[in-house]
Formats: sequence, C-alpha cells, structure tokens
Amino acid sequence: MGGKGRGIAAFSFNVEALGLTRGSMPETQKGPTPLFPQIEYKPGPLKAGEDEDYMRALKQEMRGRMKDLPFNIKPHTGKGDVERYKEKYTKEIKKIEAGDWTPDWNSLPKELKPQKKIIKKKIDKKLAKISSKDKKDMLSKLDELEKKGDAKSDEENEEKEKEKGKKKEGEEEEEEEEIEGQYDDEELEEENDYIANYFEDGDEYGGGSDDNMDEATY
Amino acid sequence: MTTQEVRLCGLLLQEHFGDVVEKVGTHLIRSGVLNLRALALETKLALDLVKKSLCVLVQHGMCTFGAGRRGPAGPVEYRISCERIIHMLRYPRYIYTAKSLYGDTGELIVEEILQRGQMTMSSTVKTVADRLTHNMPEGQSMDYSEVVSAFSQLVETHFLQRCPPVASAGPSDSGAVDPPPPAVTPSEPENHPDCYRVPYINLTGKGKRRRSSEDGEADQRAAKKAKTDNDECGDEGIFWQVNFERFHLHFRDQAIINAVSCKLDQTSSEIVRTMLRMSEVTTPANAAFTQALSANEIFRALPSNYNIARPILDQYLTLLVDDPMEFVGKTGDSGGGMYVVNLHRALANLARATLESVVQERFGSRSARIFRLLLRKRHLEQKQVEDFAMIPAKEAKDMLYTLLSENLVQLQEIPKTPDHAPSRTFYLYTVNQLPTARLLLQHCYKTVGNLIERRLYETKENKRLLEKSQRIEAILASLQATGAETTQLTEVEEMITAPERQQLESLRHHINKLDSSENQVDETIFLLESYITSTQASR
Repeated sequence: MGGKGRGIAAFSFNVEALGLTRGSMPETQKGPTPLFPQIEYKPGPLKAGEDEDYMRALKQEMRGRMKDLPFNIKPHTGKGDVERYKEKYTKEIKKIEAGDWTPDWNSLPKELKPQKKIIKKKIDKKLAKISSKDKKDMLSKLDELEKKGDAKSDEENEEKEKEKGKKKEGEEEEEEEEIEGQYDDEELEEENDYIANYFEDGDEYGGGSDDNMDEATY
Repeated sequence: MTTQEVRLCGLLLQEHFGDVVEKVGTHLIRSGVLNLRALALETKLALDLVKKSLCVLVQHGMCTFGAGRRGPAGPVEYRISCERIIHMLRYPRYIYTAKSLYGDTGELIVEEILQRGQMTMSSTVKTVADRLTHNMPEGQSMDYSEVVSAFSQLVETHFLQRCPPVASAGPSDSGAVDPPPPAVTPSEPENHPDCYRVPYINLTGKGKRRRSSEDGEADQRAAKKAKTDNDECGDEGIFWQVNFERFHLHFRDQAIINAVSCKLDQTSSEIVRTMLRMSEVTTPANAAFTQALSANEIFRALPSNYNIARPILDQYLTLLVDDPMEFVGKTGDSGGGMYVVNLHRALANLARATLESVVQERFGSRSARIFRLLLRKRHLEQKQVEDFAMIPAKEAKDMLYTLLSENLVQLQEIPKTPDHAPSRTFYLYTVNQLPTARLLLQHCYKTVGNLIERRLYETKENKRLLEKSQRIEAILASLQATGAETTQLTEVEEMITAPERQQLESLRHHINKLDSSENQVDETIFLLESYITSTQASR
C-alpha cells in the first residue's frame, strides 16, 4: 500500500501518471455487489420472426418428448405401497411410445452389459447339476435306506425335494424380477417359508446346498 | 471444465435425461476420467443405474471410453466431453437447418437421430415414414423410398455419418480373431473408409398410420412385426449419427454470407455464397482459407438467375478484396484472378464485432468507442486514450476503470528502470481479443445456465396450475373425440377461471421468452466458440 503519511493518503508513485487526482478516487466497495444490479442500458429486444418461433417450438417439443424416451433414467423407486390402478394403463401407453431400448452391445464395453444373463445361466447350470447330482444322491440314499431303513435319511430326502422345488420357484421368480429390472435377494428368501438352508449372497445356489446336506435337520 | 460449463452441462443433462444421468455425468466431468467401480462408489448410486446412465451417454456420443492407465488389461475408463453436451442447446438449430435444406423428411430424419443418439438406417426410415404418414390426410401414406432418398442425400452432403466402429474393449477379448489393436478407444469417425457410404438395404413399403382407437393388442402385434422386419433389412450394426462438424461449417458459412450481405449488398453475398459452395468439399475443416478459385470458375458457377456480366463480377470481386473486413483475398492473377475466402479472418472479424456490440450495449457508445480504439491501436496510455477518443478526461477515466473492473481491458506495465518504480513506469491499456472472447464465452454459458434455472423456477412455481390445465386439455380432447356437445365443452373450459387463464398466459409468455433467449445466446456461443477453435487451430 502507500506510505503512511500521517493519515493522508500518499502513494509511493506519481499518481498523475494514471490520471488520478486526490479528489477523484472512486469510492471503496462497501460490501458485495447487489444480486440484481441496476443496469443503465436496457438490453435490446429479442429477435422475433418465424424462424425463431419455429426453433423455439422445436425446442419445447423435444424437451417434452425426451422425458418419455427410455433414455430418461429414473432412480429406483421403492416398491412402496399398492400399485395404483392407472399405472397399469400408463405403463402400457408408455411402452408403446418408448419401447424398450437395448443398445448395441458391440460398441460398448462388456462391463456395461447387465449381468442378469450370466446369473440365469448359472442357475440353469446349477439346477442341472443339482438335478443330476441330486438324482445320483437320491439313488445312493435310497440304496442306503434299503440297507439301513433310517428315518433320518427319509427326512433328508424330503428336504432335498423341497429344496429342489424351492430352487425352481426361486428361479422363476428371479426371471420375473429381472424382467422388472430389480434383483432383490431378500424377497426371494422371505417368500418361501420352507428355508432349510440359510445361504448368503455369493454362495452358489447348488454348491451350498450340496455341502449342507449332511448337517442336522430341523 | 470451468464452473459455468459444468453447471450448464448438469442442467442440460437433467432436462433431457433425468436426475440419475445428471449425477453420473456431473461427477464424471468434475473428476476427469474414472472407471465404473470408482464412479459407482463416489456417486453412491446403484451399480446398474450407473451402468444404464453410461450406456445412455455413450449412445448419445457424449461419453467415450478407453483403456485406462493400467493399459488394456485394467478396467475401462470413461471420459465425458463437455462440448458435446453443450451442443444439445443447438439441436433446434440443426433440425431447422435440415428442414430448410431437405424439407420435412430431412427434418424428421435429423430429429429422430438427434433424439436417439445413433440409429440404423432402416429403423430411421420406418419411424420417419410412420410419422409423416401420421400427419398426412387420410388415405395417403409416405413411401419408404422417398425417405431413403432423403437419407442418402443427407449422407452424401456429409450431414450424417456412420458411427465409428469400436474395437471391443475389455480384457476378456484378448483372444479375439484379429490381433487386438493397442489402443482400445473408438476411432475417429472420419478415419473409417466407409464413413459416408450408404448401405444397401432391402426395405420397401409405406409408412403405417397408427390408429389410436385400436386396442393395445393390435399395436403389440404391429410392434412384434416391426421387430421381425428389422432383421431382414441387411444393415445390422451400422449406426448413423449426426455430423455436428458439418453443421457447424454450414452455420459458419451462413454467418459469413449474412455479414457480407449486411455490409455490402445482395449480389456480393451471392458471389461469396457461390465461392463457399464450390469449396465445400475441398476445404478441410479448420482451414484458415478456402481453396483458391479463379474468377472464371466463379463466373461459371454463379446461379443462373444472377445475370451479371463478367466485368461486373470482376468489379464486385475487387470491392470484396478491398473491403476492410477482408472476407475475400486475392492470391494470384491466373485465370482472371485467384480468390480465396479468408475464413479465419472472417471469423475473427465477426467475433470482434460481437465483442464491440456487447460493450456498446452494456456500457454505452462512448465506452464502445474506447474499446474499439484499444482494439485497433493495441496499447495506449491514459492520456492518449482521452485524446484519440475525444472524450473529456474525467469521463474517460471512469469508463476505463469500469471496463478494467469487468476485465474487458487490461493494464500492461512497461518499466523504464530495472527497479520497476511506479513513477518511472509506463502503464498502458490494452485489449487482447482472444482472452476477452473466452471471457465472454464463459459469461454466455453462465447466462444460459441462469435462463434455464429461471425457467425451471417459473415452471415449479406454477406447477399446480400447469397440471390442472393439462388435465383439462386431456378431458377436452377426449370429449371432442367422442363427440360431445358444445355445452359440455364450455362447461369443462370454464373449470379454469379467468385470472387463472391470465396467469397461464403470462407464464407461457415468460417461458417462450426464456426459450427464445436461450436460442439466441446459443448463436453468440457458436460464433465465439468457432473463433476460439479456429484461432487455436491456426497456431
């Protein structure tokens, strides 16, 4: 800043070079500039004509239409309360207009593809595995039964059948849920009261049950 | 990515694609490049939503992906291009240009492709034919071949281009048939040899009129049928996108022609238009001037309704060359004189005119005089400014300081002595065109952001009223379709009271004004952006 000259504003350089004189300094700023400052010169009018009107109409139309396209991604809404009556019809109308959109997977990185297909295959394989493995196990267990006549293994076999049934149910539900676009693990587990094995995410469906077969049943 | 750009991109993404894509997009803009996992983690959104958003952004060409820092074996990284998002402001202008060049068919083709990002030729043709048929009177329908010819015309003039093929990304593809290229990024569209080749598609038929009275079943049947038809068309996997660069060149040419016709006269602008048309395909995109054209060629290429004699053409050309705007330059004498259009110079002059007009409208004509003076004389001292501008000292000082505080004018120090003593230093005022243009461009982005926010605010304030009016319109439409009496119609119309009607009217008026303003600011944005790009390219 300037040198302290007993309260008189004195600058260290010749102020006249900039055209300032002592008395003509602009006032200091007393706070932030107002949010809507006064403008001295009003802005000119907008261009108005057919072209501009047409482009404006195009813009508004496009805005409205883009909201309905499948590109407009809505956040996950909770299942919430009862599905409203009109939603059945609005969903249909929207589907007709927008249609489902699948991008060209060849031009996107593989990781962006939703994983549902893989899970489906997994379940199929595991189911197939279960069924063939199960059959073998069933046969072997039946053989054992014949020899031992054990009530306990009877129960195990019953359980195995229930499990198979549940898996099939579970798979169908999975498919349905995937079509809706939601993959909710916990719902699956809750739907069926006959859970014999409690398995967590990450465990394979078939493999887990195979291992737990020999544990105590309830 | 300046603050204003990021804000504007966020608003545009939200308007067109919803909140989820906006969140993903804004975060990606702020952080530069990210891979999928990091993005999902930082935005705290569900992974599948993030995936869908990225699909949408890539589909529309706003996001590119490529091998990351760890090379092709590491996770794929995504990058967003801000300028593609800001181009969304200009969509109405693109569509309108297509309409003026290729009629309604062209307009609808460009509109469909802009809305969907990329489309195959067959699906575009079908959708457009259906839409055109819908608007035609009963009994007529649009033939596919007309739409196909319009599409081919658009491709021939390079307004549409094929989407570049992408070498498949991802580590699992290293065992592909061809040896994978080292760069896994999608190539530039221009590098593809078939970029502008229209594929042969087997598509005949007419547009279908969609009957709204038919039940959903028939529509579903039609939709299923359309899907199976798609497979027979033979152009799978060939997607088309809008070539924005070509549209920008067209806008630039239009701006130059308008400027010439404003400054000189209609005939000169026709001459310049002819010159630009002739050099459309031979001039590369960011060239500083067109190819040299001889006066003989120009004479032959003039449109037939302009019957000007050869010597008159020469006079016009001389006038154009001598004009201080320097739109046209003479580069030689063979063939009656070789002439070029100075594209870069023209853009610079247009940008300069924009800057001057901004200063004039905001600060008055005397400040504009000072500004123009500084642009021409480069560096001036305080005293010299007062003298040259013929403005009294006090006012000149005031105006200079206002301009200085707005950053439109800069102060340059030139020391006389090595110790930079202020009493022995020259202080010169100067204006640099390029940084000032950039500053103004940022102001424009901020303006458009403000306009959009104000529009959203107005809509939100009157949401209840808007919904009510929409419902009443729907009721009216359904009543009219089922043939109701006028008394019922008037009864329904009266459900909106008069003051409400007035409020709706004024709301509509405000929103229209805000929308038109956005379009107009976008024209300035285009001009300044072109100038900045052209300057950078010519360096």
